[in-house]
Amino acid sequence: MACVSPDGKPTGSGTKMLRAIKSGAGFPEEIAKDTGLPIFRVRSGLRELTQAGLVELKSDNYVLTENGSELIE
Amino acid sequence: MEEVKEQTSSLPRLGDPAPAFEAVTTHGILKLQDFKGSWLVLFSHPADFTPVCTTEFIAFAEIHPALRKRGVELLGLSVDSVSSHIAWVRNVEEKTGTKIPFPIIADLSKEVSLAYGMIHPGQSKTETVRCVFIIDDKQIIRTILYYPLTTGRNMQEILRIIDALQTTDADAVATPANWRPGDMVVVPPPSTQEAAEERVKQNYECVDWYLCKKKL
Repeated sequence: MACVSPDGKPTGSGTKMLRAIKSGAGFPEEIAKDTGLPIFRVRSGLRELTQAGLVELKSDNYVLTENGSELIE
Repeated sequence: MEEVKEQTSSLPRLGDPAPAFEAVTTHGILKLQDFKGSWLVLFSHPADFTPVCTTEFIAFAEIHPALRKRGVELLGLSVDSVSSHIAWVRNVEEKTGTKIPFPIIADLSKEVSLAYGMIHPGQSKTETVRCVFIIDDKQIIRTILYYPLTTGRNMQEILRIIDALQTTDADAVATPANWRPGDMVVVPPPSTQEAAEERVKQNYECVDWYLCKKKL
């Protein structure tokens, strides 16, 4: 996986995305702008981060879960 | 024979929606819809660790910044494993200094290759030929190029086609033979006699009423 390692921890690009979400970016386009990652990487990365339980979709906005918040503190 | 017939009948055509896919790539699992809003050059190569393909990958990496300036992403494909792709791109970087910045589909099941008609049994029953699908931001197929196994692709032509398509979309014009950005463009031919008569009064450069060019 590109954004989450087999051990469940975020990769470099996964960490970038988590940081962008923490700083308020909630839409894929905003996360792409903040991280400099192409939009296709952000969309696929958000799927991975969601499956790993690190982010969740709330009212059309991506936000960190408790686990996601702990990982980037 | 049945297999060949099935593959031929499923060939996508210009103007069709690009066949959807979900595929394992060197950048994780990607879906066609992940690229929505960007243009996409989806291209296949016969196999990793082969000479012509290596020259093409270096050339694709070289035009990657120019493509991104045009809002275009690149996505490679072959019937190889993701481990093979990773080993190959690492080898290319080690031997040539060129980093491959775009994802490559590992299409071991041939699901994507068959959906896009990339396997031409007359050339090879197991390898994909050198296909290029230019897919627009609405995920419609705008150009299809097929090259034989022995002929490497021309990157400048791929850039030229994208420039032409994007110019056509932006300005409702066509582009003449050997057109390059900055050249005159073709004004769409008139569809009525009245329009044809008015056409010659316009400030176009006309050979006759049906062939007029203008500067953008």
